[in-house]
Amino acid sequence: MGRYVIRRLLQMIPVFIGSTFLIFFMVYALGDPVAALFGDKAPDPATAARIRQELHLDEPLWKQYFLYMGQIFQGDFGTAFNGQKVTELMASAYPVTLRLTLVAIVIELIVGIGLGVASGLKRGRVVDNSVLLMTLLVISIPTFVSGYVLQFLLGVKWGIIRPSVSSEAPFSELILPGVVLALVSLAYVTRLTRTSIAENVRADYVRTAIAKGLPRRRVISRHLLRNSLIPVVTFIGADIGFLMGGAIVTEKIFNIHGVGYQIYQGILRNNAPTVVGFVTILVIVFLVANLLVDLLYAVLDPRIRYA
Amino acid sequence: MLLDVRDLYVEFRTRDGIAKAVNGVNYSVSAGETLAVLGESGSGKSVTAQAIMGILDMPPGKITGGEIIFQGRDLLPLKEEERRKVRGAEMAMIFQDALSSLNPVLSVGDQLAEMFIVHRGMSKKDARAKAVELMDRVRIPGARERVGQYPHQFSGGMRQRIMIAMAMALEPALIIADEPTTALDVTVQAQVMELLAELQRELNMGLILITHDLGVVADVADKIAVMYAGRIVETAPVHEIYKAPAHPYTRGLLDSIPRLDQKGQELYAIKGLPPNLTAIPSGCPFHPRCPRAQDICHTDDPPLFRVSEERRSACHFWKETLRDA
Amino acid sequence: MPEAYDPQEIRRQAITPAGSGGPMDLAMDEAETLEKTPGGPEGTGPTGKPRSLWSDAWHQLRRSPIFIVSGLLILFLVIIAIWPQLIASRDPLFCQLSKSQQGMQPGHPFGFDTQGCDVYTRTVYGARASITVGVCATLGAALLGSLLGGFAGFFGGVWDAVLSRIADVFFGIPVVLGGLVFLSVVTSSTVWPVVGFIVLLGWPQIARIARGSVITAKQNDYVQAARALGAGSGRMLLRHVAPNAVAPVIVVATIALGTYISLEATLSFLGVGLRPPTVSWGIDISNAAPQIRNAPHMLLYPAGALSITVLAFIMLGDAVRDALDPKLR
Repeated sequence: MGRYVIRRLLQMIPVFIGSTFLIFFMVYALGDPVAALFGDKAPDPATAARIRQELHLDEPLWKQYFLYMGQIFQGDFGTAFNGQKVTELMASAYPVTLRLTLVAIVIELIVGIGLGVASGLKRGRVVDNSVLLMTLLVISIPTFVSGYVLQFLLGVKWGIIRPSVSSEAPFSELILPGVVLALVSLAYVTRLTRTSIAENVRADYVRTAIAKGLPRRRVISRHLLRNSLIPVVTFIGADIGFLMGGAIVTEKIFNIHGVGYQIYQGILRNNAPTVVGFVTILVIVFLVANLLVDLLYAVLDPRIRYA
Repeated sequence: MLLDVRDLYVEFRTRDGIAKAVNGVNYSVSAGETLAVLGESGSGKSVTAQAIMGILDMPPGKITGGEIIFQGRDLLPLKEEERRKVRGAEMAMIFQDALSSLNPVLSVGDQLAEMFIVHRGMSKKDARAKAVELMDRVRIPGARERVGQYPHQFSGGMRQRIMIAMAMALEPALIIADEPTTALDVTVQAQVMELLAELQRELNMGLILITHDLGVVADVADKIAVMYAGRIVETAPVHEIYKAPAHPYTRGLLDSIPRLDQKGQELYAIKGLPPNLTAIPSGCPFHPRCPRAQDICHTDDPPLFRVSEERRSACHFWKETLRDA
Repeated sequence: MPEAYDPQEIRRQAITPAGSGGPMDLAMDEAETLEKTPGGPEGTGPTGKPRSLWSDAWHQLRRSPIFIVSGLLILFLVIIAIWPQLIASRDPLFCQLSKSQQGMQPGHPFGFDTQGCDVYTRTVYGARASITVGVCATLGAALLGSLLGGFAGFFGGVWDAVLSRIADVFFGIPVVLGGLVFLSVVTSSTVWPVVGFIVLLGWPQIARIARGSVITAKQNDYVQAARALGAGSGRMLLRHVAPNAVAPVIVVATIALGTYISLEATLSFLGVGLRPPTVSWGIDISNAAPQIRNAPHMLLYPAGALSITVLAFIMLGDAVRDALDPKLR
């Protein structure tokens, strides 16, 4: 087990370097951070050259990357466009996105697994077919469409909730954005659970459990669910990273000042440290989430644990 | 009489129509007795067993007729909850593939202990101790250490022993073993069969042994029921059937066993394939494959003719078959 | 046991990963044995000529209502993507500010947008960008992915390790954020940067599937047998391994096509996908969104068209998967 963790950690290093370098390359090599500092004004050549030197922009790209990474590991993420430290932006933005993601994950867990189990057990019946149809519809409607429509209906037309989220973004205001963020994944969780349940329901060990004379409830909860939910739980684990990265659309619709909002601002204002810094942290979150999923898998399935 | 199956009918709805899997099966088992049920796959032997256990998938399966009298009462009209209490406690089943039949994510100890927790209301701790006891009893070495291990950590033979331990945990009156040794190595097969027979003697259980392997049957069974196309074609005490089969199908099965004294000869095989259960042939269902078939076999479905006190054969020409043997 | 020679069983093994053959219960097993006998109505016994996976799948698809509906819908979408004039006679770029945000009028069933352009015409013309991006990106990702994934799976070892890590790198980049970063530096207004970006981030998904099926196929008994008989690598790959990997790749690619169209619209919505004067549902929805209180029709029609298009491809993928994966039947 320990060896397995170490191997996975080692595998993460090249992936981390590759992903962050790619982002770094796109932002620094293809954009022009110095020109961006001056906005529409043409920079004074001497000043521009001085800034270039300060930011190591005259060095070869790979050297810039390592200098930048060195700074990051010392906790220096640079300065955002408004003179604020990028780390300060992160301290305010990440908790918001984390809360939003948490709401989405909880919704996925409860609603997705619930619907999936119900339709998997009633495979081919009315419940099953309507759940399947609903998931297809939900997957087909892009988040930004469902976001605007739900915001319009619930927030504006019927006035059930506040249409936009305040800057503190407490949990109570994040429920609708959480639903919007979760929708597509929710549909996937439902379908995955359904398939998994429907496959396992016919498994030999379930038949054994019935032959043992266990009550139906116990057969389902202890034998069927335990096995069927292994792929579902791992999917949801991996989804944490995806949701945090994909929250940008939801944050734009509901005007939530989270990670996506800051990155969007960074890109609009061509502020390289904000973009690269935020994305680097997201890549780390994503990789750690995937590592945890692998470990979780091993915990849930003894066949992997003792392999 | 421990178990008496009377005139059982089971159907399955399939994409190609209704498959008549079991068509009027009668057999019985007494305490301490071993009945071997023989037949090709698709003969209805497993479906009959699942109907007895009450683990038939319904739908697509459906019991359309008959009675299953177990310890003096018919099981079929019982409510599911009453049925459940019988399963595992009064009758238990051993399946062919122990690896897939055991839950891969629960330790074997948990799976054994579950029997005592659910049926006997024991505490977890006591049930666990019982599990170790059971593993000892089926002679799994180091039971105390291995009780927390998972099915994939055991060898095939050991896994089948765990299945046996689970089946006899509550000392049921009847055990149904569905091809219990088919998935095992030949050397292990004998050990597992021996264990099963020994436990049966000890507990005086009835045993239904479902198999397609005549070699296994000869050593352990008291009587044999041969099934074809969802019905019984011959029943007999085990020694009589080996001496002289009274049905051409039984004859074919016996002839297709490789024998050392016939080295060099071509092995006999029953020609053709098992019938399509959605369209069972008219008359005697075996007639398209029968070397002895006459006109009457195409039209008249033979009843079970009385051959002797303990013997029946569903062949119009059972006398001729018996004579030629 | 006869099962070992049963064509159905071999087909099943061909498509499902090793070890997940799906334990059937005995009762069904027995019922199934019967379906396969030569006397059966379908007549596909071991003695008859077994239908291939493809003709079998086609046979099932033709009877699937989901396939027929989504197929017709996609056919329609492709036709109007190529010849939008067939059902829309106006110019999508012709706008009259005087008609800004007006509702439906005779000849303008969907009304006008903020610029006073005809929403119906723009909705019809929007199909072209979406279909082009979806189809090109899927082709690109499927080709690149199956090539690299197949290569990694077939040769294994160092190649596999390196390619898998590279795939992980692209997996590690959040799609929408990556799109924002990568595409914000692009100034072209054609569809190609978007297509290129989707291929870049989409191929690892296909590669994983292709790699997995190639590894599974390689372990199949008959492939091992072919190898034992001295079949060369090239021949093995083409004749025995590749055909097994094609089916899962097609399934995943069809479903991906729908999600790629959705991704293009999302990127256009964020202002980094397609750019005007290209007519795109994503751009129109983005422009309509702030006005949703005053003129919801501006958002609903392009959004509806987009959702129906994505739905059609996902449904098609679903139907194709059900047909190609006998285990789920």
